[in-house]
Amino acid sequence: MTASAILIQFLNGLASASSLFFVAAGLSLIFGVTRIVNFAHGSLYMLGTYMGCSLVEYFGRTPLGFWGGVLIAGLAAALIGAMIEATLLRRLYQAPELLQLLATFALVLVIKDFALWAWGPEDVLGPRAPGLDGAVTIAGRAFPEYDLLLIALGPVVLGLLWLLLTRTRWGSLVRAATEDREMAGALGVNQGWLFTGVFALGSLLAGFGGAVNIPREPATLMMDLSIISDVFVVVVVGGMGSIPGAFLAALLISEIKAFCIGIGEVHAYGIDISFSKLTLVVEFIVMAIVLVIRPWGLLGRAASVARGPGTLEDPLRSPSRHLLALGVAVLGVLVLMPVLGDAYTLVLLGDILVFALFSVSLHFIIGPAGMHSFGHAAYFGLGAYGAALALKHLVPMEAALFAGPFVAALGAVVFGWFCVRLSGVYLAMLTLAFAQITWSVVFQWDSFTGGSNGVVDVWPAAWLGSKTAYYYLTLVLATAGILLLWRMLYAPFGYALRAVRDSPLRADAIGIDARRFQWAGFSLAGLFAGLAGALYAFSKGSISPEVVAIPRSVDGLVMVLLGGIQTLTGPVAGAAVFTWLQDTIARNTDFWRATLGVIILILVLAFPQGATGMLRRRFAREQS
Amino acid sequence: MLSVRGLNAAYGRAHILFDIALRASKGEVVVLLGRNGAGKSTTLKSIIGLLRPLSGEILMRERSVSRLKPYQIARLGLGYVPEERRIFTDLTVMENLEVGRQARREDAPYWTPTRLFELFPNLGRMQDRLGGRMSGGEQQMLTIARTLMGNPAAILLDEPSEGLAPVIVEQMALTIRALKQEGLTVLVSEQNLRFAHAVADRAYIIEKGHIRYSGTMSDLESNGAVREQYLSV
Ligand SMILES: Nc1ncnc2c1ncn2[C@@H]1O[C@H](COP(=O)(O)OP(=O)(O)OP(=O)(O)O)[C@@H](O)[C@H]1O
Ligand SMILES: [Mg+2]
Repeated sequence: MTASAILIQFLNGLASASSLFFVAAGLSLIFGVTRIVNFAHGSLYMLGTYMGCSLVEYFGRTPLGFWGGVLIAGLAAALIGAMIEATLLRRLYQAPELLQLLATFALVLVIKDFALWAWGPEDVLGPRAPGLDGAVTIAGRAFPEYDLLLIALGPVVLGLLWLLLTRTRWGSLVRAATEDREMAGALGVNQGWLFTGVFALGSLLAGFGGAVNIPREPATLMMDLSIISDVFVVVVVGGMGSIPGAFLAALLISEIKAFCIGIGEVHAYGIDISFSKLTLVVEFIVMAIVLVIRPWGLLGRAASVARGPGTLEDPLRSPSRHLLALGVAVLGVLVLMPVLGDAYTLVLLGDILVFALFSVSLHFIIGPAGMHSFGHAAYFGLGAYGAALALKHLVPMEAALFAGPFVAALGAVVFGWFCVRLSGVYLAMLTLAFAQITWSVVFQWDSFTGGSNGVVDVWPAAWLGSKTAYYYLTLVLATAGILLLWRMLYAPFGYALRAVRDSPLRADAIGIDARRFQWAGFSLAGLFAGLAGALYAFSKGSISPEVVAIPRSVDGLVMVLLGGIQTLTGPVAGAAVFTWLQDTIARNTDFWRATLGVIILILVLAFPQGATGMLRRRFAREQS
Repeated sequence: MLSVRGLNAAYGRAHILFDIALRASKGEVVVLLGRNGAGKSTTLKSIIGLLRPLSGEILMRERSVSRLKPYQIARLGLGYVPEERRIFTDLTVMENLEVGRQARREDAPYWTPTRLFELFPNLGRMQDRLGGRMSGGEQQMLTIARTLMGNPAAILLDEPSEGLAPVIVEQMALTIRALKQEGLTVLVSEQNLRFAHAVADRAYIIEKGHIRYSGTMSDLESNGAVREQYLSV
């Protein structure tokens, strides 16, 4: 690259950093004070972009109309954020962290369908900024005026936030609550208003970040999850809760991306490296490196311990005789199903079995092992692709079916080695990062994985070709997998995992090598998720990168949480209900996501312990 | 001013407090004595609302506060100083005080940073110091000053002498007496009997979550058997 090209790429990086910083600062503020990882933050960004486009059209393409539209879009996002906090999240501050996540996932679904309803499925192109739609010449190259403005806007917003947080009483309250919100409450600080205020400010930043981007990027229905993963990376790299950290990380990541695009294709030592393709993963690689070297991010500090009466997980009980009888009965019905049900039911049940195995394997690491994985789809996807590609290139179907889980376990061994070095939100983000890396590799490696088209003609061997035969295969393998995972929890291995979760220090003191057990648990969960993926691939006959994408990981979490993480049967019930609901709703309405989201929200509000947890508690009360 | 009746409290399934009854009149300093793990902190946390009691009545100026949130109780004029101090380490001394600030109250002394710096001259010399960069004794002063910024009529002090050098403990006793002079009601938990004698009018002794003794400090002075049974280590 020439010097002028380097300069231009550097400026490009600065310009993209600004909007990313706004959104990340908002998420960081909200997380700091409320300790909620708000997945719907990306949805507010998306709404900011859509509303910005519409408002500027409405006000007219004049400088006043443009900036008025952008500001009002930000304010509208703030209002929506405040309403979400006041009506929904406020009821969940005492609920388990994962349930709060589930609620914010549900909001993502609802807001996505709202955008679909309001703006339609087509991308919406934003107007250019009137008065700033030209270009200036820098080092002999044209550079957009608007981008110069964005470059200036980043530090300005950073400065304003800094003033607000350090020079006002409200800022002191926010910082105090970030450190110890319970103590702030005991001093008379009304958390309710403070939290609503912080949510409004954070959402304002998200909406504004979305709206200022309208001249640069079209509004699409995909941008909510894509920005949220970018923003998670920024916040984690910068350090959770640190605004300057978010600024630094946004700059770092935007610059690295800009240079990857700038460098493009490189031919060296006889190999071609495409740096522009790297942009999809490079931020996750940066995050993985930062997390392993500095687990709290560049400017973050060790997370303050959650205060308040500790919530110990209930001990895992042996299954009661009733439950065993119920299990046998369900299995009996499942075995008879090919006689009792039609072809459609068989396919649906096959899906349910596959997802039950997937969700039990996810529960295995979330519940008993206490590792919150946001990226379990990676192993489902590796299983599916491993099986499909093995079939295409290497071996017959029977062997390919087992090659899938093997590949998945291999992935889990490698990724897990990094993940078990972290805990809490940081671990969750790293798992998400690895899933995203897997997705990008699958998505971009056209020659091997088929890229966005996926792999087609992945059918089972002839003797397993009939619906009934494949259903029995799925039934046997999924049930065996689930029972094996459960069995392990009652073995010394399972006790060790739970000991590590409940008290890492004490477990260490009695000679349990915490990391090694977690690593083994993570790899095992990957293996069985891979088996689910392989079974899925052959049942559909084709796969696409969707099997590795973020929504698949989210589905898994929803299934586990819907059922309740305190019970073993919960994930199975959750998978069944979720898969059935998704199928039923999708057949009856275009807005199945919103319907599902609303159902999840109602369930979360009604049963903050998960559905089966609630049932069990009621049972226990009646018996005593 | 402050009275507690039939208070029962638990952490999860562990029942800790059993039918606790306490009372403190206006301007009185009452000490809650007990060994490690007796339930002193749990009692104070239940009063300020950080722990929701299983049952019982907590009255602040004849008004029931047992269903209120901590911030509502604090705003009714009850201050709380936790055992672990819980200074905001990222905030300066002044900012810590600012977080504690509440509106002026008719029935309670009115505190400003200037007045507090008279009571705690050390703090006045480090107004811009970060809470995390202060010594244990300084933090203990700051946590009391921060609570006083809320202009409370009564305060709960959880083991204020714990882990402090003898000189500072002395100073702490003077401070509590000064607060009494201002007309504040003080409920202080302690293990240090000498300190209790230096500050308190009356004492309750708590053991395994039960109140075992209540009487004036001079009664306790003359009752060696009670001291022997519940307080000596
Ligand atoms: N968060 C908690 N969860 C479960 N049990 C607790 C918790 N906090 C305290 N306990 C238990 O409650 C009992 C009373 O504790 P408390 O802190 O009230 O004692 P204390 O009298 O203040 O003791 P100390 O002098 O050591 O401060 C102890 O047995 C303790 O183990
Ligand atoms: Mg205590």
